[in-house]
Amino acid sequence: MDIFLQILFDGLVIGAFYSLIALGYTMVYGIIKLLNFAHGDLYMIGAFVGFTLLSLVTGDGGLNTGLLGIGMVFIITMVIVGLLGMGVERLAYRPLLLAPRLSILITALGVSLTLENSSMLGWGASYKVYPISLPKNGFEIVGAQISYAQIGMIVLSALLMIGLRLFIDKTIYGKAMRAIALDQTASSLMGVNVYRIIALTFFIGAFLAAGAGIMSGVYYGTINFMMGFIIGLKAFTAAVLGGIGNITGAMLGGFVLGIVEAYGTFYLGGSWKDVLAFGILILFLVFKPTGILGAKEMERM
Amino acid sequence: MSILTVKNLKLQFGGLLAVDDLSFTVEKNSISSIIGPNGAGKTSVFNMITGFYRPTGGEIILDGDSLINKKPSKITSLGMARTFQNLRLFPNLSVLDNVKSGMHCRTKQTVWGALFRTKNQKTEEQLIEEVARECIDFVGIRKYTNRAAKNLPYGEQRYLEIARALATKPKIILLDEPAAGLNFEEKQYLINLIRRIRDEFNITVLMIEHDMALIKQISEHITVIDYGCKIAEGTPHEVLQDEKVIEAYLGKEDAV
Amino acid sequence: MKKFMKNKKQSLSLLIIVMLVLPFVLNIYWLDVLTFVLFYVVLAQGLNIVVGYTGLLDLGYAAFFAVGAYTTAILMTTFHWSFWLTLPVAFLFAVVAGVIVGAPTLRLRSDYLAIVTLGFGEIVRILAINLEITGSASGIYGIPRPTIGSYVLSTQKDFYYLILVVAILSIIIVYRLGNSRIGRAWVYIREDEDAAEAMGINRIRLKLLSYASGAVIGSFAGSVFAVKMTAIAPLSFSFQQSVMILLAVVLGGLGSIRGVVVGAALVIVLPEILRGVDDWRHLIFGVSLIVMMVFRPQGIWPAKHEADDEDDLEEDESKDKKQSVPV
Repeated sequence: MDIFLQILFDGLVIGAFYSLIALGYTMVYGIIKLLNFAHGDLYMIGAFVGFTLLSLVTGDGGLNTGLLGIGMVFIITMVIVGLLGMGVERLAYRPLLLAPRLSILITALGVSLTLENSSMLGWGASYKVYPISLPKNGFEIVGAQISYAQIGMIVLSALLMIGLRLFIDKTIYGKAMRAIALDQTASSLMGVNVYRIIALTFFIGAFLAAGAGIMSGVYYGTINFMMGFIIGLKAFTAAVLGGIGNITGAMLGGFVLGIVEAYGTFYLGGSWKDVLAFGILILFLVFKPTGILGAKEMERM
Repeated sequence: MSILTVKNLKLQFGGLLAVDDLSFTVEKNSISSIIGPNGAGKTSVFNMITGFYRPTGGEIILDGDSLINKKPSKITSLGMARTFQNLRLFPNLSVLDNVKSGMHCRTKQTVWGALFRTKNQKTEEQLIEEVARECIDFVGIRKYTNRAAKNLPYGEQRYLEIARALATKPKIILLDEPAAGLNFEEKQYLINLIRRIRDEFNITVLMIEHDMALIKQISEHITVIDYGCKIAEGTPHEVLQDEKVIEAYLGKEDAV
Repeated sequence: MKKFMKNKKQSLSLLIIVMLVLPFVLNIYWLDVLTFVLFYVVLAQGLNIVVGYTGLLDLGYAAFFAVGAYTTAILMTTFHWSFWLTLPVAFLFAVVAGVIVGAPTLRLRSDYLAIVTLGFGEIVRILAINLEITGSASGIYGIPRPTIGSYVLSTQKDFYYLILVVAILSIIIVYRLGNSRIGRAWVYIREDEDAAEAMGINRIRLKLLSYASGAVIGSFAGSVFAVKMTAIAPLSFSFQQSVMILLAVVLGGLGSIRGVVVGAALVIVLPEILRGVDDWRHLIFGVSLIVMMVFRPQGIWPAKHEADDEDDLEEDESKDKKQSVPV
């Protein structure tokens, strides 16, 4: 029982990261039907920008601004990466919105390579140790060690997701996003500035991914320029699992995948963890491409 | 004698019954039409006949072969060709290559033949080219033979789609709003073309069309559907005087 | 037109003669570079069938390269087979691998397909790292040299000629398939899948054939790679490798045989010329993917689908000068 609960909690934390990144995939996909390969790399950039800023405010010779400073770093990083996400959309994707699908997919791949290697040139290829680490203390429930840090990560992720949900349900921008996802032409005829809303979607996606990036830097302690590749794929799996284009589905899918993976790692060993995730992805795409929460589509031959 | 028989055809999208218990037959060598107001389910019927949608129920028989649960490609090889409401050409390919696609199901060379340039392969390639050129000539777009399809004028793109369908050597050809977007002269040309398809190639023609004038001129038999049900059928003269048809198109008398 | 055809033949024969003579002119270093160019020519032609002709984005193509390399390596080291006998087995495994990747993904939308192939590619790499028969992370070494009669292929030149022959064969194969009803059917599927199906083309069967053909060509490159290197490791079959092969195809021109040859040469030779800025290499590749797609999606040397003929001449000036996008 203790092990069972322990794994569940580990899975929930990883699942929270997956969810946050999956949201960006699912939102961009929902609105312009683009599979943004580079999305995982925005998470990586978030971790690195956070790394640089945190190095400024903490440690020897740092500004030592305490928790407030760290909070500010979080927000500034997320905004910077959000803007980067918008920039990517403007430069690489917007010129191709009407082009054949293959072109824009290849472009997304190019963006991913560009971000990864820019990061390698800027921050170096070696692993970086995060300037702050989390206190290890926590509490025990039926024999499982749960740290406050884990609780904090899950709560913070949940807050971000609730914020997003409210934003999409309650604001005019959220309404515009939903409208474009349904019918782009009709939305633009109704006076929605489609380009601006698409840019906003990229901003939010990158913003959330950056949040996950810093959190995972703090949580795992080290970061690397290739960290976005595999987690991007995992998050995409999560988005598919929940039903791509479906916001709640992406959140749910992230947690489900995190938990399944945590148990899989425990029972099968760490080297098969990725195979498990890709296996799930392939099975879902083949047998239930609309995901857990997706609607049933009309049967076509 | 009928070449195409549709019996109790039904199509359900979720809770919506798009086509409900529809039955009709198409006589061999006729020019027949399906008409009906917008959203009546005409294109859905076409998509079921050609295998793109799987019917919820019913039977479709082409010249003795059941078409239920068959892939579109299989149905084409059984002798049914179609065009699309919104042109679906291969835009970047030449007119010749577009039309050659029709011969795919009438030829059978494999990887082996292609790699070793066997004698059979060469004869088949010649045949494919001959048939394609014949179809291009037939619809009258010879001067565009080597042009990319997307660079053709709109009307010629419509004729190209017909040429491509003819190259499958069909028994019956289904035209989905062939006159959409054509001007008066082009429509006259189309009418003539449809007649020649039937008269010279002995191919049965079934079409969906909105243009009543055109339907009246060439259709020998009309099936009218509304809300997925058949409401009338017969010759143009009979059908266009049918009260239900007038009602479907113009609304109920008392509402006017 | 006739004259042009004759010129084409002449320049092709000239090119082949140059390729045959080059090993006697180049030093060992550049000969090695050229050998890798030829490997990439083979790989890129194979991928060209899948991405360029059929329009299916395969991001795990290196997996097929791995299938060939590991099949040959295992059969030659563990079972002491002759190199030539491993080729039919590699062929068979490649077809099976192509169908395994292809079959479940055929009904998927193109972007899903890309990610599934990526997943498959990673699974193959992870399998290679974790299985004993593939030598785990360190791979397989001590792969014997192939022999022709009593002659043992062992020098740089020997392998250069071996891969040159494979490259020429792969080009002939892709060219001949491309100009048959099968190759045309692939292009129809790329242009409009539904319309192709409506024209009587069984898209499932042809997509599978496309995957299998691409896989076979990739696996042959792998088999030759194994005996040339005498050692193989999972590192050679990473996602990066798949991306590089894709880059060669995209740079050169999707669906264009000569373009893809040029693309392969660029992908291998450019980094050699740009030595010293090694770290920039992948960044430059990433940026060039974006730039190509935004400004020149048809590639450096695009495939030609339109021809001029006499009937057309009077209308030539009205012709759109911009080459068509082949995707």
